[in-house]
Amino acid sequence: MTIQQLMRRIGVVLAMLALTFALAACGDDDEAAQPAQTSGEEKSAKLIQSNPDNTAQTVTIGSKNFTEQFILGEIYAQGLQAAGYKVKKQLNLGSELIAFRSVKRGDVDAYPEYTGTALTSFFDVKTDDIPKDEQQAYEQTKAGFAKDGLTALPPTPFTDANAVGMTKARASELGITKISDLAEKAGDLTLSGSPECRQRTDCKLGIERTYGFKFGKYLPVELASRHEVLKKKQADASIVFTTDGQIVAEDLVVLEDDKQLFPPYNVTLVVRDETVKAAGPDMPKVIAQVQEGLTTEVMQELNSRVDIDKEKPEDVAAAYLKESGYIE
Amino acid sequence: MTTTLAFLSEFADGIEFIFSSRESNTGGVQVGGSQLLDLLWEHLKLSGVAVVISCLVAVPLALWLGHIGRGELLATSVANVGRAVPTLAVIAFFIAYLGVGFTNVALALVLLAIPPILTNTYVAVRQVDREVVDAARGMGLSAVQVVRKVELPMALPGIFAGIRTSVVNVVATATIAPLGGVITLGDPIINSSVYGDAGRLGASIVVAVLAVGTELVFAGLQRAVTPRGLKLQSGDAPRRRPFAFPKRRIQTSP
Amino acid sequence: MPIPAPLAQVQIRRRDADSCVADNGFCPDWIVDNLDRYGTPFLQHVYLTVAAVAIGFAIAFGLALLAHRRRWLVGPITAATGILYTLPSLAVFFLLQPLTGRGTLTALIALVSYTLLIIFRNVMTGLDNVPTETKDAGRGVGLTDRQLLWRVELPLAVPEILAGVRIAATTTVGLATLAFFAGAGGLGGQIFSDINFKSNVVVGGGLCVALAVALDVIVLSAQRLLTPWQRAR
Repeated sequence: MTIQQLMRRIGVVLAMLALTFALAACGDDDEAAQPAQTSGEEKSAKLIQSNPDNTAQTVTIGSKNFTEQFILGEIYAQGLQAAGYKVKKQLNLGSELIAFRSVKRGDVDAYPEYTGTALTSFFDVKTDDIPKDEQQAYEQTKAGFAKDGLTALPPTPFTDANAVGMTKARASELGITKISDLAEKAGDLTLSGSPECRQRTDCKLGIERTYGFKFGKYLPVELASRHEVLKKKQADASIVFTTDGQIVAEDLVVLEDDKQLFPPYNVTLVVRDETVKAAGPDMPKVIAQVQEGLTTEVMQELNSRVDIDKEKPEDVAAAYLKESGYIE
Repeated sequence: MTTTLAFLSEFADGIEFIFSSRESNTGGVQVGGSQLLDLLWEHLKLSGVAVVISCLVAVPLALWLGHIGRGELLATSVANVGRAVPTLAVIAFFIAYLGVGFTNVALALVLLAIPPILTNTYVAVRQVDREVVDAARGMGLSAVQVVRKVELPMALPGIFAGIRTSVVNVVATATIAPLGGVITLGDPIINSSVYGDAGRLGASIVVAVLAVGTELVFAGLQRAVTPRGLKLQSGDAPRRRPFAFPKRRIQTSP
Repeated sequence: MPIPAPLAQVQIRRRDADSCVADNGFCPDWIVDNLDRYGTPFLQHVYLTVAAVAIGFAIAFGLALLAHRRRWLVGPITAATGILYTLPSLAVFFLLQPLTGRGTLTALIALVSYTLLIIFRNVMTGLDNVPTETKDAGRGVGLTDRQLLWRVELPLAVPEILAGVRIAATTTVGLATLAFFAGAGGLGGQIFSDINFKSNVVVGGGLCVALAVALDVIVLSAQRLLTPWQRAR
């Protein structure tokens, strides 16, 4: 290799670095919309107080590997931090099997899990047997985790269940408002969902069995692409989640689950028993507090901020806690 | 001791997954055993299509470039760039810009498969003994005839080495094809919640065996197409360094 | 269920899908604001690559020195490292998990095993390519076998050896993008986290390529430093 070739290669690397710094220099800063101010009294009532007793306790919060989990993990972590705990974060552990193993082993002290997921994936409950009532599902989940030395704290108000979504245009074109409306037309339609959805009874398999029809074609895509396929018209219907921000932002229609196939999926923070004991009364209190504001609409908004506006989960969680008055 | 037993039993589970069908972790459907055959078929189909297309593109191009003796920089640059770009990035790029589906993933794999074939074919043609080529020209053969009857047969082992490298690469990369909507043997590995840990391990074993098997098959093919004359001429070299023969040439060029 | 706190507190924004990000385009503004997302994954990636190549080099170099004098070892070593080279890295990450669990160790073992064949082969070739006359001259001057190896053969083999290191480095950068499957982080995890967002994929992939090019240049410069006699040509 000659000097010229060597210099050319160095030049390429330097050019790339220079480009990156040039972009940094020209960067703009957009400010997020300013939140409404809460009244003075409400504010101090909800504000999380830092308790000096908690500083001795370290809590490691984990999460699974998608947006909603990152946001929840951050909310819990930042809430506990505000209460004075030392908090370590290990978000993005992986799928539920990996997260479950991590919390059992003690790599993390807690992570948010869905009641429905826990029942089907960990406790061998068949999807058809999951109670449709949210509270009952939670009780069953709690009992299951207790056997593994884990405490499932009270669940969130929102439930993030599977749902069938379509673009407004397509739905009105075919005249569909609920899932059973798809029965006659399903043979010509393409459904999209995650690869594992084809084989899950809380997903495609369940739809076809409970509602009694088969889709013409199935397009498996990674979770992240579940709305892209509708936008790109690669699929007529897609399995979406009820707290997806895109539902509001992109004006999607969520078909009514008239035969009540999809079980409830509330989030409960699963904590190791030792950690609950050592952390004292503040922990469940803070968790319950920060969860209070998490309705379906709020969760959709928070998800949108990460998925659509591409903000960082920790910033979104901080904004939620501030806007709701839990932290300053 | 317990960890050894633990991991042995996990492997036993994985192997059992390969051979016997069982109900999935989430209930309602059968996985494992013969269901793996569908995944295997999709895997082979995707790999086959990608390799065939990339051969059709790369071999003629490299043959011609090698024959006229130009494009050395192109051949080496293609090899270098092809090595530096990670396969995940290429597949992700195609998904982001073109969407999911068999065609798009196959296209991404074609892009990944071309560099080794292109470079190895080019080098193999350049390595053909110049005296033989001159003799052929002297005998009155046209350019096309020289390529077809002299350069191609003599370069065949080198071409096959390139194809071999590509095939193994493509078979390995087809494991992440589920990210793009093509359900191959990588599905139990990437989307393991339905198949479980045993499924993930079982599929990993199958993928590993498939890759090694493909390598051996193509190594055999390469040896089969090496004209006896060349084998005798190079003496020990192919036997002693079966994986190295043409690749060695590429590595020495800066 | 307790009545939730007034949800007017969290401002629900209107989204008009007019911005670059919402349209899923290539957005320099977003990239600049979010460059720090790539910081940790990038460092993890660098660590994985450099550590894997360094360890792989140590092992493969040792094996090559062993096989240099005992030719019968070349076949078995090539076959063994060849099999390791053929195994798809994703499969290896999960095959190792029952043994070494999730994390950087598993990823490193897999990445190291992939570099062994490349480096071993190149060291062997480099040593074999030393002209016999040079070796004879060395012996004639009275050098022992060991001195011959370290003072004559290895220095002359440096270009070939470093060529192998360069190839190992660039391929390892590519493979390390899958390391997040083993729980070791890296740029692949960042790409995968938003695989549809064009800006993210371009930046993540671009950083990988930049790293590969940078490592290539660094090793090349080292080669030029170590072989001053070649510059004179």
